[in-house]
Amino acid sequence: MNLNDLTQQCGEWLRGSGPESDIVISSRIRLARNLAAFPFIRKCNDQDRLAIEDSLRASTEKLAEVGESFYIDVTELEKVDRQFLVERQLISREHAESEGPRAVTVDSREAFSIMVNEEDHLRMQVMKSGLDLGSAWEQISRIDDVIESSVTYAFHDKLGYLTACPTNVGTGMRVSVMLHLPALVLTRQIEKVFRSLQKISLAVRGLYGEGSQAMGDFYQISNQITLGRSEGDLIKQVSDVVPVLIDYERRARDFLVKESRSDLHDRVSRAFGILCTAQTISSEETMHLLSSVRMGINLGLIADVSIPTVNKLFIHTQPAHLQKLKGSELDSVDRNIERALYLKRHLSGGNGEAN
Amino acid sequence: MKCQKCEKPATFHITEITDEGVVELHLCEDHARDYLAMTDQPEPTPAPTLAGVLAEQIKASQSAAELKRLDQRSCPVCGITFFEFRSKGRLGCPHDYTCFQAELAPLIVNIHGANEHTGKRPKQGGVAADQQTTLIRLRREMKDAVGKEDYEKASRLRDEIREIEQAASGTQSP
Repeated sequence: MNLNDLTQQCGEWLRGSGPESDIVISSRIRLARNLAAFPFIRKCNDQDRLAIEDSLRASTEKLAEVGESFYIDVTELEKVDRQFLVERQLISREHAESEGPRAVTVDSREAFSIMVNEEDHLRMQVMKSGLDLGSAWEQISRIDDVIESSVTYAFHDKLGYLTACPTNVGTGMRVSVMLHLPALVLTRQIEKVFRSLQKISLAVRGLYGEGSQAMGDFYQISNQITLGRSEGDLIKQVSDVVPVLIDYERRARDFLVKESRSDLHDRVSRAFGILCTAQTISSEETMHLLSSVRMGINLGLIADVSIPTVNKLFIHTQPAHLQKLKGSELDSVDRNIERALYLKRHLSGGNGEAN
Repeated sequence: MKCQKCEKPATFHITEITDEGVVELHLCEDHARDYLAMTDQPEPTPAPTLAGVLAEQIKASQSAAELKRLDQRSCPVCGITFFEFRSKGRLGCPHDYTCFQAELAPLIVNIHGANEHTGKRPKQGGVAADQQTTLIRLRREMKDAVGKEDYEKASRLRDEIREIEQAASGTQSP
């Protein structure tokens, strides 16, 4: 399997199944680890980075028991391929844009990925569809154990796993849940929710992590603290707050349905209409309209389109995806035309899948 | 009158007094709500960032002379100076946590509200990891020795490196 095979499939985390998947898109846990025998990335020369790649490549090959995976040398990739992996959430933007030897091991079902030579030597993540942090932790911890059996991690008796940035020291863990919160945005309660999350030291980010805007009303909620609490406690902190957010979002949706059902139905139907008939459309507008459609499906206002189809469209209409699917480089004018065509093909066929 | 931002009729007429004088806005209900929400709500205070916490801490506790001395201190293993860490926000090697312990401890408490790891532990760690970290220093010294054409020292260092590497791979093979 290789990178091009990924374009033909849809990531595990977009299946639109799993608990609470009308609102929770995905659950993700990542661990940061470093090898004791090498300096942190900042002080690595290319030779060090290649040696790190070598020893980790050997360890990740032992992951066959966890799932079939393949290794990608990120340094050799074209820009569009690197961006494709970012859009797929398999590597970070920093990993795509930085320089020097670096790599990623990708699970063929896209349930996990392991970045080598990102900010830390190792950044491994597991992604699940819906709210499913428990099994995400089981899997990532097993991956961690397998890799650890052949390398020595930088570990401090008191401070735990040592990381390049002191904000990640301890567990090196970030637990995040991606939520779709269109009704809280529409009813203007989202800011209030964020402020209360920040008070309990949880971070809120957009679809593509740090600094990215909340495109399509997607928000990632994650822990900020990594030291002084066990992995179980950190997972609990996030998983305790998610049901509260789900409840707020459901109540906001009920309110919209009760107070202005016809307005809401109109809004959702118009969004669907534009997506099905536009001749050229930007990525921002697509995300915005797909968000309305996604909520409309969940509220029973739109039939004939499935949630997995809409989930997939959010990702497959991103710039690098369109270019990979088309098989050629496209400027933004051509991308907007190609995007409109792609949406039309996938939305106007009745079951949403027809060509 | 039409809304300034879309085709709907303007139902809200807002007069704003700004630095550049009086500005009149004519907006439909939706855009007025957007506009008011934008100006009314203060930005939520961002969570403490590493750079922010560092800057605060240094301002509070160091005189200019002390800071200058501190900035020049460097890690014997990877060679990073405290100044480099302070300006880039990234450490150079695992040993920095030991060598800059006094400076990092309050920073870590500030960020995490704790100073002790209570989670998962690797099956091997502590001593084995420390020994591995000395490899970073030995490799650096070997490179320096080669640079200075001190081949005798370089070969001694190479043997030392091999010894540690072999000891490690001995304990690791299952």
